[in-house]
Amino acid sequence: MNGLIEKFTQDFIVDDRWKFITKGLGVTLEVTALALVFGVIIGLIIGIIRCAHDQQNANERRGVKGAILNFLNLICQLYVTVIRGTPALVQLLIMYFIILVSAQSKVMVAVVTFSINSGAYVAEIFRGGIMSIDKGQMEAGRSLGLNYVQTMTYTIIPQAMKACLPALANELITLLKETSICGYIGLNELTRGGDIIRGTTFDALLPLFCVAIIYLVIVMLLSYLMSLIERRLRKSDNR
Amino acid sequence: MKKRIMAIMLAALCALSLCACGGKDSGSTASSDAAFTTVTDGVLTMATNAYFPPYEYYEGSEIVGIDAEIAKAVADKLGLTLKIEDMEFDSIITAVSTGKADMGLAGMTVTEERKQNVNFSDTYATGVQVVIVPEGSDIKTVDDLQGKKIGVQLSTTGDIYCCDDFGTENVEEYNKGNDAVMALISGKIDAVVIDNEPAKSYVAANEGLVILDTEYVTEEYAAALNKENTALLDAINGALKELKEDGTLDSIIAKYIPAE
Repeated sequence: MNGLIEKFTQDFIVDDRWKFITKGLGVTLEVTALALVFGVIIGLIIGIIRCAHDQQNANERRGVKGAILNFLNLICQLYVTVIRGTPALVQLLIMYFIILVSAQSKVMVAVVTFSINSGAYVAEIFRGGIMSIDKGQMEAGRSLGLNYVQTMTYTIIPQAMKACLPALANELITLLKETSICGYIGLNELTRGGDIIRGTTFDALLPLFCVAIIYLVIVMLLSYLMSLIERRLRKSDNR
Repeated sequence: MKKRIMAIMLAALCALSLCACGGKDSGSTASSDAAFTTVTDGVLTMATNAYFPPYEYYEGSEIVGIDAEIAKAVADKLGLTLKIEDMEFDSIITAVSTGKADMGLAGMTVTEERKQNVNFSDTYATGVQVVIVPEGSDIKTVDDLQGKKIGVQLSTTGDIYCCDDFGTENVEEYNKGNDAVMALISGKIDAVVIDNEPAKSYVAANEGLVILDTEYVTEEYAAALNKENTALLDAINGALKELKEDGTLDSIIAKYIPAE
């Protein structure tokens, strides 16, 4: 027990080493939050393009609009295929060493990488959500005089959001944990914070468990928040 | 109406892709000296792997050590501020050759393979590759390593030599030197080959480890610089020469490596 206390002192108290953990946690949360926001924006745009393409009727497909949608759809498909088909770590290294060579901020490199990465997964989640809404909803909206954008914003997207919330929560949790690879480009996030302590004190147990517990607590908090939101959205279901 | 939404989306996509390309403009404009350029104006960016005591290691949140102090002295001579970037050892050469950092200073030995990607400055210190084994191990000399599991740090010269001499199947490559030492302590491997000075720190920090008396390889440390930036190479060599002559270099090394 005394040994454990001594190790704890060595790992976290001496030289203010706990700061590696707290600062790392800050960076992890920053990257996750920003990547989530941009990822959802990218995902929403791509999801809508893919659905708009898939839900055309044969007549619409032949027109000019159909041709434009075909082209956009092709780009989106390529994006999703490439991003989902390569590991996030490889994308991060490519972004850091090849594409954003002159970028000074590692946080920015991480945010750009994870936004683009997460966007591909979120796009498929949204596509699933939007496709799950009955065609009749769009037809009803349009026949009531709403235009395409209005029907989308007031009728389709809110229902689709509710349908894809569990999958979105899943993606958020994955994203949070995936940021742990940022250590490869030398960004001092939570995992690397624990790693630096491990490197200085030669103690693997406490730093690793400390980091693991922090991730676990954040994920539990997120799951709880999501369940609250889901419950709120379900209110109108049982009347 | 559909057309309009498409136009908006296209614009958004374009904007996003532009954002991704933006980044920060590389400040490759001439610095105060005008003779050489650095990645960021007025800043000497040094790439290192801060798990290599006493050359570079964390003390609190600061990276300190022989390399860090030499870099500071060189930066002062050149009128630049020093910025240290901590990264994986195998990323340092990439960072220097792709222009992410001005110089790699990480107890790095000059080798032919590395020379193809970067230029090396004059040497500023010598290193020795030694073997760490648990106390009472049956490995007594370097030759006894034949057929044993050897731990090394990825892409270090220890890694290169061991793979040549004992076969890749016997060499376990770890991202950091101390990961290899931890594997040795838990009995996953039989020995660790690493530079002498960090080896001493590792042995001092962990009970039950010894360094073999026979040295494996002697080698010279130098700073790695971008192939195209010969002006900076000359400037750093000049600064190193001055530091050598006025004894600063020796006093920095003596501060971290007490004479025996």
